Amino acid sequence: MKILVVIIGMAIVTYLPRLLPALFLDRVKFPAWFEKWLKSIPYAVLGALIFPGVLLVEKDQPLLGLAGGITAFFLALLNIHITLVMAGAIVVVILLQFYIF
Amino acid sequence: MNPGTKLIQGIKAGFPIALSYFPIAIAFGALAVQSRLTWVEATLMSLIVYAGASQFVGVSMLLAGAGAAQIVITTLFLNMRHLIMSLVVNDQMRDFPQAWKNLLSFGITDETFAMLTLGGSDDIQDQQLTPVYTAGLMGTAYLGWVSGTALGGLGASFIPSDLTTAMKVGLYGLFIGLLVPPARKSINFAGIALASMMLNALLGQVLDSGWAIVLATVGAASLGILIIREPE
Repeated sequence: MKILVVIIGMAIVTYLPRLLPALFLDRVKFPAWFEKWLKSIPYAVLGALIFPGVLLVEKDQPLLGLAGGITAFFLALLNIHITLVMAGAIVVVILLQFYIF
Repeated sequence: MNPGTKLIQGIKAGFPIALSYFPIAIAFGALAVQSRLTWVEATLMSLIVYAGASQFVGVSMLLAGAGAAQIVITTLFLNMRHLIMSLVVNDQMRDFPQAWKNLLSFGITDETFAMLTLGGSDDIQDQQLTPVYTAGLMGTAYLGWVSGTALGGLGASFIPSDLTTAMKVGLYGLFIGLLVPPARKSINFAGIALASMMLNALLGQVLDSGWAIVLATVGAASLGILIIREPE
């Protein structure tokens, strides 16, 4: 019973922040400066999601995460498909884990 | 472009996300069942909560004997960043019918947000989002998460529930692979991303990582108000 309550409670508080903007946004017209802020959000979010989190993929081995991140960075510069960027980072990290760390 | 083509484009864009979700969801399903949730409860959690980090935290807190209110409040704080993401996505979904907006907002995650706003090929990026494309992208990611959980729960007796380094690196590969191509084209946006990284590293010294990410995002994006000239 407790577990079910927790699951439903978690579902509500997870959906609410996702839903809120859908309910009121079409009644608001944003000023130009706010549109610039919104445009910048994806870059800011991704930056914060990537760093320093990428260093923590393996506790006590920040260099391992760094190597994976740098691999992904250079692969992404090549404009190859995103799946290959992911695969490349994974392969490098697994090889490093196997041979060095 | 006809809806069928849009749907397929959406599914294609969602596929890498589903691919990275799947093994993590298997680990989650295994962990949940090993933590004495039933298979139905584990799968239900992925079906209606659908937030990776919160689900792992929720199950660990259950196992540690935390109270229901404590777990729910922690979840709320962990997910405040979705409010900001939803603001951006709904700004792009203004013309969608209300029911679509309500439904698709449920599908906003770190990864679908990144793919919707920065991902896709150039020809998609320049177009407006459509309901069918968005639904295809989000539906594919959602399927990956839910099916992985169901499978992991079934195999809980023999599947290890540890997230391997490789699984975690896969997600960072997704984020980096999505950020770099568009950031390359604009020094301003690249600067915002870098500022956000630095800010997050600093704030992380004094705040828990959930709040550090929210505040770093708000702060670095505010930089955009100053440095971005219309039209970018």
